[in-house]
Amino acid sequence: MTLGLINANPVVHAKKERVARTEEPHDDDAIDPLEIYEYVRDIRDPEHPYSLEQLSVLSEESITVDEKLGRILITFTPTIQHCSMATVIGLCLREKLKDCFHPHFKVDIKVAPGSHADEESVNKQLNDKERVAAALEIPNLRQLVDECLYSSEL
Amino acid sequence: MNSADENFELREIQRLEGHTDRVWGVAWKPATGVNGVPAVLASCSGDKTVCIWEQSPATGSFQQKAVLEETHTRTVRSCMWSPSGKLLATASFDATTAIWEDVAGDFECISNLEGHENEVKSVSWNASGSLLATCGRDKSVWIWELLPHNEFDCVSVLQGHTQDVKMVQWHPSMDILFSCSYDNTIKVWAEDGDSDDWHCVQTLGESNSGHSSTIWALSFNTNGDKMVSCSDDLTVKVWGADIMRMHSGDGNVPWAHLCTLSGYHDRTIFSVHWSREGIIASGAADDAIRLFVESIDGLVGEPSYKLLLKKEKAHDMDVNAVQWGSTENSLLASASDDGTVKIWQLTSSS
Repeated sequence: MTLGLINANPVVHAKKERVARTEEPHDDDAIDPLEIYEYVRDIRDPEHPYSLEQLSVLSEESITVDEKLGRILITFTPTIQHCSMATVIGLCLREKLKDCFHPHFKVDIKVAPGSHADEESVNKQLNDKERVAAALEIPNLRQLVDECLYSSEL
Repeated sequence: MNSADENFELREIQRLEGHTDRVWGVAWKPATGVNGVPAVLASCSGDKTVCIWEQSPATGSFQQKAVLEETHTRTVRSCMWSPSGKLLATASFDATTAIWEDVAGDFECISNLEGHENEVKSVSWNASGSLLATCGRDKSVWIWELLPHNEFDCVSVLQGHTQDVKMVQWHPSMDILFSCSYDNTIKVWAEDGDSDDWHCVQTLGESNSGHSSTIWALSFNTNGDKMVSCSDDLTVKVWGADIMRMHSGDGNVPWAHLCTLSGYHDRTIFSVHWSREGIIASGAADDAIRLFVESIDGLVGEPSYKLLLKKEKAHDMDVNAVQWGSTENSLLASASDDGTVKIWQLTSSS
């Protein structure tokens, strides 16, 4: 059992400058990947006091939207190959995006190809809706997710 | 059935609202919806409750008759009525399975089955109502025996699956249990005649032309000689076994792959159910319901299936469960992440 942080020395990047966005009304069905990125870039990493963006776990390129099929794909890069927090990051992403856009959009979350030792197994877990729902009902896990989502608002 | 010249339609009869979270499952109460007895349906949800709906004989519309609450402390994932309709079993993420009895319109929780280490995902009664099976994320399948005075005894804890077990389903006429899992296999469990020990008699995996990802559900045809399964691998598979050999008590009769329906679904298929008339309904993560029937144009000896109809946008979100009613009116119930249950009627016009 690993004591202490799994990745004690993450590489931290400066926050990317934010472009001010005007409050323009737009078609509800049109989803801008950058809009989605705004929702998730500041989610705090489960282990380190930095955002997923600062740790390069997420970037603008992480989000792809297929309007026609109504699908959103989020690809994130865990900081290390054996990151056991990958599933927690996945839960945070799902929970954060839950009410952000029209429910007919389907969200798939994957780790970037080659970025994790158990890529297939992690991706399967991240996209098993029942496992995600059950995990979010577990108090300890729920608390961790809430901390990652809401600490950025401090 | 000759569907070549008929136009089939799945008509929405009613949308049942009442749950405050996603609806995971539905179960029609046996012996209702026929012979003048109003149809009754149970639905279970992430809101930790089970709703009982009853069809009004006068108007044909379903009304909420009861809410089974304050028992489960987490999502209720699955429910099933006993064959007599006297009891309702509900499986929950809170690791328990509750047994309810309808006592003059009030549902009372008369028993609580504990044992699973974590989330229970499915519950199934055998054909005679003497046995109950449950399964869950702890990878095990439990068999319980119903004793006098509505007490339950654990008969066996079956280990074998290497991952989360999603559903258990008893064979419609024999005491043979089937389970399907996140480990991509279907397992068949039977009692050893001599020792009364339950064990796995067959595993249907990728090497048997099986699924390549999580299997979410399975269902039998009325005869019990065919089984349909659905998966995260976007296919529906039909399996068959020699029912005559099964009934003659010929040891373990193996199941074999008959047909794979691929190219019809592009998102995970969460539920399949085979109707008495031989129609397979599927509910998927693309919000659609599809119906399949055996194709008579197939080669002799090789069963094949064709799409009868696709109901797009059946719900606003994922369809988690589909179940044909025991009625003469071809009713189908569906449950969705959108928090509603829908009642459909299959109609045809030649």
